[in-house]
Amino acid sequence: MDQLLQHLLNGLLLGATYSLLGIGLTLVFGLMNVVNFAHGEFYTLGAYAAFAALALASVHFFLAIPLAIVAGALAGAVCERVLLRPLRGQSIDTVMLVMIGLWIAMQNAELLGWGGVAKSVPTPFPTHPVVLGAVSVAPLRIFVFVISGLLILGAHLLLSRTKLGRAMRATFQDRETAALMGVSIERIHTVTFAFGAGLAAAAGALLGPVFLLYPSMGDLASLKAFSVVILGGLGNFGGAALGGVVLGIAEELGAGYISSGYRDAVGFLMIVGVLLLRPSGLFARAERVG
Amino acid sequence: MRRLAPAIGLAVALTAPAWVWNPYHLHTLIMAGIFAVLALSLNLLLGYTGQLSLGHAAFFGIGAYASALLTVKLEWSPWLGLLAAIVLPGLAGYVIGRLALKLRGAYFVLLTISFAGCVSLVSVNWMDLTNGPLGIPGVPPVEIALPGLPPLSLRTKSAYYYLVLAAVVGAYLLCLALIRSRVGRALVALRENETLAASVGIDATHYLVLAAVASAAMAGFAGGLYAHYTRFVSPEVFLFTYTVTMVIMVVAGGKGTLAGPVVGAVLFTVLPEALRELTSYQWQMLLYGVLLVAVLFFMPEGVVPALRTAWSALRRRWRPS
Repeated sequence: MDQLLQHLLNGLLLGATYSLLGIGLTLVFGLMNVVNFAHGEFYTLGAYAAFAALALASVHFFLAIPLAIVAGALAGAVCERVLLRPLRGQSIDTVMLVMIGLWIAMQNAELLGWGGVAKSVPTPFPTHPVVLGAVSVAPLRIFVFVISGLLILGAHLLLSRTKLGRAMRATFQDRETAALMGVSIERIHTVTFAFGAGLAAAAGALLGPVFLLYPSMGDLASLKAFSVVILGGLGNFGGAALGGVVLGIAEELGAGYISSGYRDAVGFLMIVGVLLLRPSGLFARAERVG
Repeated sequence: MRRLAPAIGLAVALTAPAWVWNPYHLHTLIMAGIFAVLALSLNLLLGYTGQLSLGHAAFFGIGAYASALLTVKLEWSPWLGLLAAIVLPGLAGYVIGRLALKLRGAYFVLLTISFAGCVSLVSVNWMDLTNGPLGIPGVPPVEIALPGLPPLSLRTKSAYYYLVLAAVVGAYLLCLALIRSRVGRALVALRENETLAASVGIDATHYLVLAAVASAAMAGFAGGLYAHYTRFVSPEVFLFTYTVTMVIMVVAGGKGTLAGPVVGAVLFTVLPEALRELTSYQWQMLLYGVLLVAVLFFMPEGVVPALRTAWSALRRRWRPS
């Protein structure tokens, strides 16, 4: 029983970061209709940006995370301007292939820049765990969980309550009408993609200190993000937030009770299962996928 | 030119072992041939049905493992192993095709990625069968045993080169036969307008699954050829790099053409080797990514269609009739 509780807690803590990864991807898909295969690379970028700020510029840990988010958002904005804007109106498949190209290029650029040796990020948190009754948890994980939750809440509020969020939703519902109402369409596209990339970078900066940094870390992150997005239904914000927690808990239980070697298979199997049985996502309104 | 170019290409390919002295260069050509079969197989899906499979390395890997395991553990003849490298991936392609081809676009891509991911994890974790990350060494070479003659081993590079060349020609002709048949026309119709195609009675799932099976079987055969060539199989055959390389070969060469994947395969195995002196593997992969983007921006049809257009423009200028 204690063991089960511990697995559930670990799953919840891990799941929050998966949610953060997933909502960035699902926003870009739902609003822009872009399947962003480079999503994991913005995650990697965020992790390395935080590392660079800490280790090379020796800024404080709490400042390194916002810096990483800014770096990710800036990179996202540049990608949108240079790669996506000229392709607007092209088929979704062409855009998908371009994003695959970007993914490969970014990953190998990271590899060239940082080398293949894994790096660890120092944190100001004590390493000995906090014991809460039957379960124990590292302070860093609690911090990551809280910040992830705050970021998800912030993203939700930005989308639903602010003028910018309304302009974003309006643009992707009906371009012409939004433009007539004075929304700058091009700017909204750039901002939306930068927003998604920034959220991925945030997840990277938060999870980087928990695990190790290596240039291909984005591949797994992309996989998790896609699993989360498919669980929640492509483009569904709330579904992604919930899907992340479901995936985190499923992984922990799978790794704990079945086999740790197949931990990452949980995500794959969830994608396969959901796509085949309930392709619009677990928590979604009906959507055409075929 | 249309007729001349393939003939020249084939003549050059047939005589290659005579004038390629350096065994390493011959090795590069063999790998180019294996990749040409892979690119042709991916093109069948991406080029003619419009569905992008990012799990193609799985079929390549299943073929390689099937042939390696059957010849090493059960001591089957390598020819039977190669046959299994066609049949088993073909079966896998049937199952995946039936399941995945209900989906389109991004959903199909994600399902194929997940399938490849699962297969790769099995190859690492199922120690008893696959020997895990250590792989399977000692895969036997292919031999030709004719009655009354001593067995002829295809252990040498030039002999294996011809086997691979025969496979490329075979795969090319198979694709040609498929494309020119009713099946090919149905596939192109589905790619261009699925609703319209369905309205004239084309059964989408039936034809797409057929394409998936043919594609998976070809990729598997390439895997079998690879296993008996390198004589060693490890989970590396499932590396995503293989899939990415195939995609780039097809897109850059010209998807939806038959010559495109072959030209792409030769370009993208010979070029990196030529650049090896100048650049590292990372630079190469970085360049792959940039090239993929550049091709989609500036030459979205690919090299072969671009060359064709240039050639006919040239002819019109010379002979204004």
